[in-house]
Amino acid sequence: MITYNAGNYDVVVIGGGHAGCEAALASARMGCKTLLVTLSMENIALMPCNPSIGGPAKSQLVREIDALGGEMAKNIDKSHIQMRMINTGKGPAVQALRAQADKYEYYREMLKTLLSQENLDVKMAEVERIETVNKRVTGIVTRTGAKFGCKAIVITSGTYLKGRIIIGDLAFDGGPNGQFPAVKLSDSLRDLGLALGRFKTGTPPRIDRKSVDFSKMIEQPGDERPLRFSYISPRVKRPQLSCWLTHSNKRTHQIVMDNLDRSPLFTGLIKGRGPRYCPSFEDKVVRFSDKKSHQIFIEPEGRSTDEMYVQGMNTSLPEDVQLKVLRSIPGLENVRMIRTGYAIEYDYVIPSQLKPTLETKEIENLFTAGQINGTSGYEEAAGQGLIAGINAALKVKEKEPLILKRSEAYIGVMIDDLVTGDIDEPYRLLTSRAEYRLILRQDNADLRLTEIGRKIGLVNDYRWRIFCEKKEILEKEIERLKETTFTPADEEMAEFLTGKDTAPLRDRVSLWEILKRPEIKIKDLVEEGLVDDNDLDILEQLEIQSKYEGYIKKQEEQIKKFEKMENRAIPEDIDYSEVFGLSNEAVQKLNEIRPVSIGQASRISGVNPADINVLLIFLEKKRRK
Amino acid sequence: MLFNDDIAAIATPPGEGGIAIIRLSGSSVIEKVSRIFKPYNPEVDIKNKPGYTMTLGWILDDKGEYIDEVLVSIMRAPKSYTGEDVVEINCHGGILPARKCLEEVLNHGIRLAEPGEFTRRAFLNGRMDMSQVEAVIEIIRAKSEKSMKLALKQLKGEKKEDFNRLEDILTSINAAIEASIDFPDEVDEPDYAGLEENIKIVLDEVNKFIEAARRGEVYREGIKIVISGKPNVGKSSLLNLLLRKDKAIVTDIPGTTRDIVEDYLNINGIPVKIMDTAGIRETDDIVERIGVEKSGQAIKEADLVIFLLDVASGITEEDIRIYQGLNKEKVIVLVNKEDLAEKNISEEEIKKLFGGVRVIRGSVKEKTGLDELISAITEMVLEGKTDYDGEELIFNLRQQKALEKAREHLISVLDSLGQVPLDCTAVDVRGALEALGEITGKNIKEEIINRIFQDFCIGK
Ligand SMILES: Cc1cc2nc3c(=O)[nH]c(=O)nc-3n(C[C@H](O)[C@H](O)[C@H](O)COP(=O)(O)OP(=O)(O)OC[C@H]3O[C@@H](n4cnc5c(N)ncnc54)[C@H](O)[C@@H]3O)c2cc1C
Ligand SMILES: Nc1nc2c(ncn2[C@@H]2O[C@H](COP(=O)(O)OP(=O)(O)OP(=O)(O)O)[C@@H](O)[C@H]2O)c(=O)[nH]1
Ligand SMILES: [Mg+2]
Repeated sequence: MITYNAGNYDVVVIGGGHAGCEAALASARMGCKTLLVTLSMENIALMPCNPSIGGPAKSQLVREIDALGGEMAKNIDKSHIQMRMINTGKGPAVQALRAQADKYEYYREMLKTLLSQENLDVKMAEVERIETVNKRVTGIVTRTGAKFGCKAIVITSGTYLKGRIIIGDLAFDGGPNGQFPAVKLSDSLRDLGLALGRFKTGTPPRIDRKSVDFSKMIEQPGDERPLRFSYISPRVKRPQLSCWLTHSNKRTHQIVMDNLDRSPLFTGLIKGRGPRYCPSFEDKVVRFSDKKSHQIFIEPEGRSTDEMYVQGMNTSLPEDVQLKVLRSIPGLENVRMIRTGYAIEYDYVIPSQLKPTLETKEIENLFTAGQINGTSGYEEAAGQGLIAGINAALKVKEKEPLILKRSEAYIGVMIDDLVTGDIDEPYRLLTSRAEYRLILRQDNADLRLTEIGRKIGLVNDYRWRIFCEKKEILEKEIERLKETTFTPADEEMAEFLTGKDTAPLRDRVSLWEILKRPEIKIKDLVEEGLVDDNDLDILEQLEIQSKYEGYIKKQEEQIKKFEKMENRAIPEDIDYSEVFGLSNEAVQKLNEIRPVSIGQASRISGVNPADINVLLIFLEKKRRK
Repeated sequence: MLFNDDIAAIATPPGEGGIAIIRLSGSSVIEKVSRIFKPYNPEVDIKNKPGYTMTLGWILDDKGEYIDEVLVSIMRAPKSYTGEDVVEINCHGGILPARKCLEEVLNHGIRLAEPGEFTRRAFLNGRMDMSQVEAVIEIIRAKSEKSMKLALKQLKGEKKEDFNRLEDILTSINAAIEASIDFPDEVDEPDYAGLEENIKIVLDEVNKFIEAARRGEVYREGIKIVISGKPNVGKSSLLNLLLRKDKAIVTDIPGTTRDIVEDYLNINGIPVKIMDTAGIRETDDIVERIGVEKSGQAIKEADLVIFLLDVASGITEEDIRIYQGLNKEKVIVLVNKEDLAEKNISEEEIKKLFGGVRVIRGSVKEKTGLDELISAITEMVLEGKTDYDGEELIFNLRQQKALEKAREHLISVLDSLGQVPLDCTAVDVRGALEALGEITGKNIKEEIINRIFQDFCIGK
């Protein structure tokens, strides 16, 4: 293939999925001349699986992306067909927003944003090779011979690398959703010295709305109140479309059992490791054989289509079995299948090869983000894409990188898990992975991260103004609530408290303390005229910060201790085999992971407290030299 | 692991005279010790004393009762071993009161030092020079390995099973809560009545463990010494002599002792559990045979074995068989009945059979060789030939503290259940499991996540 020089960029982003879009937008918005290359213009921000964004841990993540100036939150606000707040009874830290997306609208809105972004060019092509000089990237080459020079690259190739589709005993090379796979890029990465692994995931069949009998299902409407992911989206309620709940039954399970010998999971055709949190339906039937039925949700894929997603029915059984299984379910007796469910295997980059900036340790200025790093999920991909895009741009501008701590953001938890741990299944963020869950809430992501976003240059003046106003009012209100006090002699207050079925005051007590009582809600105080009728977000903050102050303070104490370890930096150039006193296992692990801080080092499995002591002493020795 | 908070530990293994030192380091240790220390001279306040001074007085418990008479030395930063403010409490009563003093200290916002932490601080604060680095690292490694070994040793047998069950229930509770939070579509909110009941079960168990630790079942035993040998060599006589009372029955009939006779004594400040066993021989008597089997078990668990020979009967095949079953690192051979005229054990024989092992000749009847035996025991303990030293005491205390922390969290769960949302309850449920994890060293987060996928059918 004869190549030609097609131009130069600061940053090239390979891939237009959720990671790629965030990376490209961040880089361009930070002033870097950016190129986004994608296999197809039709798969921009595509949701190849569940048409849904948010949920526990993920909703926190989306809000963090928003606070840092990313796009995902705004895009889903523009394109959802239903939004619900879930986990509402379980506390503010785990309460989560979840949206059903109009998959096509989501795509169109993102495409529009990309194409209208200054500094950003979009190109459809298959990248075949990464070019480097002295272990530093210099450019990319596409299948059609275009050579683009660049200073930094972010690869966000998702499930496309050597993608292989498996349905029953049928297997062929392919990307998700009928797309082409990327066949050559894996080899280029291997040539650069990166180790790749192979994972698997799967998706359920899609069915025709017109063939579903909804009268046999339970309706799942969206919330009545207007909800939004982005702190700056307008508060408007879009027309909501319902989802529907039905259940599998004994007969369904019997059909699965009768056809197990045709399932690639059990015949051994599928070799890649799949996620435990997203098992195939056949897996569920086999592993939980005592369960008489499983939930099946029927979800619209958009307003302009009759295709519906069958959540819970992720499968790689042969097509004829899929149809039989579906038709055994109430409401789906006469169902027509539009797309067949399938499993897909793909190459990923073993993420312990990355720095916490998402730059590869092997090749300078080469970043990877999203499913290529062994994760799964749109939000996980977007979060990484944003950070990789930011760090690529910062690197090009020769500025300090952005690394979020586990105590600052779910994004920090995720990236630290990826680069520090041994990932042996597709990684998904869970709230239980976060140590400081009560601090990393979805309601305060803006308070946690907007300032960081501003410093980087991704928070525009509009967002900044909204944030500053909110913060100022909030601080004033908190102070006022703490200073406004009442005594047992205040009759109005006494009456109010009795009305709320809560004990009368015994001493002088502040409004802040009164708000802590479980019986008192912030809206009661607003109704009483004790608190100004501020923006909902501010009222929510007041309520949460007062009610959970005790727990929050405890976690803040823990964070202080935690950060002491995180702030002890470890220089990059240590050869651990020369550190006297480390165990062999520690030497091997430390040389592989190359932690940036004592804190990170202490989380590596195989590195024990004695090794950490030895390291501390070694660092001190080095310092004194 | 922090960098300059207040820490404490027992700094010396118990030695001659039974003095044990508790060492404390950190910015507010002087003030904290002053709260529990009552000087002889009521005018004195250690807070005002300059560095390198000593004050005599008592350590008091929270009810104001005396725990021990102590000498408190103060060293002020930076002129101290660690470069921080350091207090050393010399406990006169030996290791047991020292442990109580340490516990008292720990109730005042001071935590137990990690293995080797004093040395590490000394180095990091520039109190040791570069040439000492390797020595420092050796110390840290040795101490951590020891405490790891102890962790394994402590958690075995029945206790381990109980502990595992406890951990298992708590992991399930955690998983149920976390699953309902992370997978609300698939997993219902936990049933609060059941949750409360389970937490109570766990709390009961934790309380039992704490009680056991308090009673000192574990630490009071200190080292285990087993007296072994064929029948009639004088084992029970030796036990009685060491205890200075007639604890075991002594007769001239071989096979007198059928079951293990045990008691506690203090050898140079070292708490010792001493056990007299049935003389080992082949026998058809059921009762005696069981006794012999038990002897074998006791020997296996012993930190030190005193192996007795009878100078008059000479070294028999039986003796040799018993000796071969012993761990040579942990044996002291005592040739008994040297008062008798008939001597059938020669020096050559001893050299040949027991090369490298400590051999003492004496007579229990006439109390000869007794001093030598005592100092041999002490030496072996202090040389670390047995598995006992201050680390072990501290280790037990570490477990106790971890259990207490777990209890605090569990109580907080019960107090707040239903009053606060699940995410807050989860903090304490997790806290309790993490505290137990400090004992077992497990990766709690992974355990919980694994349990979620094992117990619940999750997935869209
Ligand atoms: C079948 C299936 C089932 C899934 N199930 C779930 C699920 O149930 N839950 C869940 O959370 N997540 C699921 N996922 C994962 C989720 O879709 C991804 O995690 C997410 O889309 C990843 O985003 P990404 O940006 O990393 O990659 P993708 O969205 O896959 O985007 C990759 C982009 O890279 C481009 N590209 C790749 N190689 C090249 C190349 N060589 N040159 C140019 N462009 C290239 C592609 O054109 C595409 O634009 C599933 C994915 C699939 C395919
Ligand atoms: N002369 C002499 N006799 C001793 C000495 N020590 C013990 N004996 C005697 O030896 C006999 C056995 O002593 P025990 O102490 O009962 O011996 P044992 O090893 O406990 O015996 P079993 O319990 O039967 O295994 C008793 O008659 C003791 O008085 C000693 O030093 N000198
Ligand atoms: Mg006896």
